[in-house]
Amino acid sequence: MSYLELNDVSKDFGAASVLKDINLSVEKGEFVAIVGFSGAGKTTLISLIAGLLKPSGGTMKLNDLEITAPGPDRGIVFQNYSLLPWLSVFENILLAVDSVNPNWSADKKKAHVEKYIAMVNLTPARDKKPGELSGGMRQRVSVARALAMDPQILLLDEPLSALDALTRATLQDEISRIWSEDKKTVVLITNDPDEGIYLADRIIPLTAGPGATLGPSFKVEIPRPRDRKSINHDPHFKQLRREIVEFMLNSKQDRHTAITRKLILPDIEPEDLNIPRSMTGWRKTPIRKSELKEESVEVKP
Amino acid sequence: MKSFKLDWLVLPLIGVAAVLVLWQISCASWAKDLPTPEKTWQVSKPYIVEPFAKRGEMDQGILRFTWYSLILVAKGYALALIIGTPIGFFLGLSKTFTKIFDPLIQVLRPVSPLAWLPLGLVLFTSAGKNASELGALFTIAICSMWPTVMNTAVGVRAIPQDYLNVAKVLKLSRTKTLFKVLIPATLPYMFTGFRLSLGIAWLVIVAAEMLTGQPGVGGFLWQEYNSLIYEHIILCIVTIGVVGFILDRLMSVVEKKFKTA
Repeated sequence: MSYLELNDVSKDFGAASVLKDINLSVEKGEFVAIVGFSGAGKTTLISLIAGLLKPSGGTMKLNDLEITAPGPDRGIVFQNYSLLPWLSVFENILLAVDSVNPNWSADKKKAHVEKYIAMVNLTPARDKKPGELSGGMRQRVSVARALAMDPQILLLDEPLSALDALTRATLQDEISRIWSEDKKTVVLITNDPDEGIYLADRIIPLTAGPGATLGPSFKVEIPRPRDRKSINHDPHFKQLRREIVEFMLNSKQDRHTAITRKLILPDIEPEDLNIPRSMTGWRKTPIRKSELKEESVEVKP
Repeated sequence: MKSFKLDWLVLPLIGVAAVLVLWQISCASWAKDLPTPEKTWQVSKPYIVEPFAKRGEMDQGILRFTWYSLILVAKGYALALIIGTPIGFFLGLSKTFTKIFDPLIQVLRPVSPLAWLPLGLVLFTSAGKNASELGALFTIAICSMWPTVMNTAVGVRAIPQDYLNVAKVLKLSRTKTLFKVLIPATLPYMFTGFRLSLGIAWLVIVAAEMLTGQPGVGGFLWQEYNSLIYEHIILCIVTIGVVGFILDRLMSVVEKKFKTA
């Protein structure tokens, strides 16, 4: 029995099917990365696991308990940080700690919060508001908040996609370090296969939507700690990346949609300068009416 | 025009001077009953140089009248906020509540204070001596409430889904969600509503005092009109305008302080 278990989960929004036949099982302490195109339904998938959305079909279990509503046993790091801007870094994390451990003494809560602020190297920014922090720092607060709740599983929803490449690399290292200290079960959603390979034990591609589903999982057998510089030359890394990218592109290829759209061919004619102008200088009525046409366009995703 | 030193002072003075000139011309030409600026100043002087004098019920210094008006406004305004803010929250949070009460609110909103006041007086006839004050309070509250109600409702509806998701994921209790997420996220909108409400409350006070004969700037204005001292009407108008302006400025300072989000 796996730790996190999704069986035939599907999600429709009205008539549009976003996810279908999602089967996923994650072992305790495993780091799984789900790689997909933007708009494929990655965020929908993580919202389902978080309990923020209800699936249209199928079952989801965490530690043998059905997932029905959001709860602090699943810590989420959102793509857009989702910090409360009127609370300081400390207060944002305290709010989470407070709701998970309401019975702790004030000192214990404070020490707990400070431990996690230190873990993400933000002690100097402890009393700053999110608005005064850079994107990378905000995302670290968000990570610290999720970890401070001591969740059973950590859900990372494209946590680094809004950051610049250098900050992203630093934060990847940091996530890798924290994970190796904590050994939490992690599900990382990302659009960057390299990021997935660098961080995860297993990579599962999500095919292109609509009706996206999970592909076969690729095991990453690069020993930890992984080194960012040498990993690029690792033959296993190169092969994995090629396989994953190939799989994802193939999943996209057999989707062709045609859109019919209406066109209006406007009434444009060259001006004949031989015709004497009227007093107003402008022709009163168009000679030819705008023409309506339809065209069909093949769209390659 | 190029800006120069002291332009912030000189340019508005030019505007004032232009109005004074126009006023003087009007006095001399078509509005024979209109007191001249100079006469207005002479007649109003005792009320301005001794702003807190009390010579009789309806013969007091202008700041004393203003003070009475401000107290009445403060009471009515406080009432409006206490009632209006929760209504706004319910409107923002519950679709059913909106469907039930929104049409009613839309109908009541444009009703003039002059129309509410008689109803207020009727409502509180049993209060005897206090009837006119209670009626005035009722009118101020019900007229100035709407901007607070509407802005709070809009603010609640505009709370980003992210913040609500945070509350859900952290499993915050209802009270905690209210005080840690909903209210702070709505505050900027609420204060815009409060500011607009204060403006309306100050508008209504004059009408309310005129009709009830309460001592205050508005009551004084109406009394002096009836006793044909037109200079004091102008004094009252200027006072009302200046006080309204100061109130608005004060509120905008407070408002800016809460614009965190």
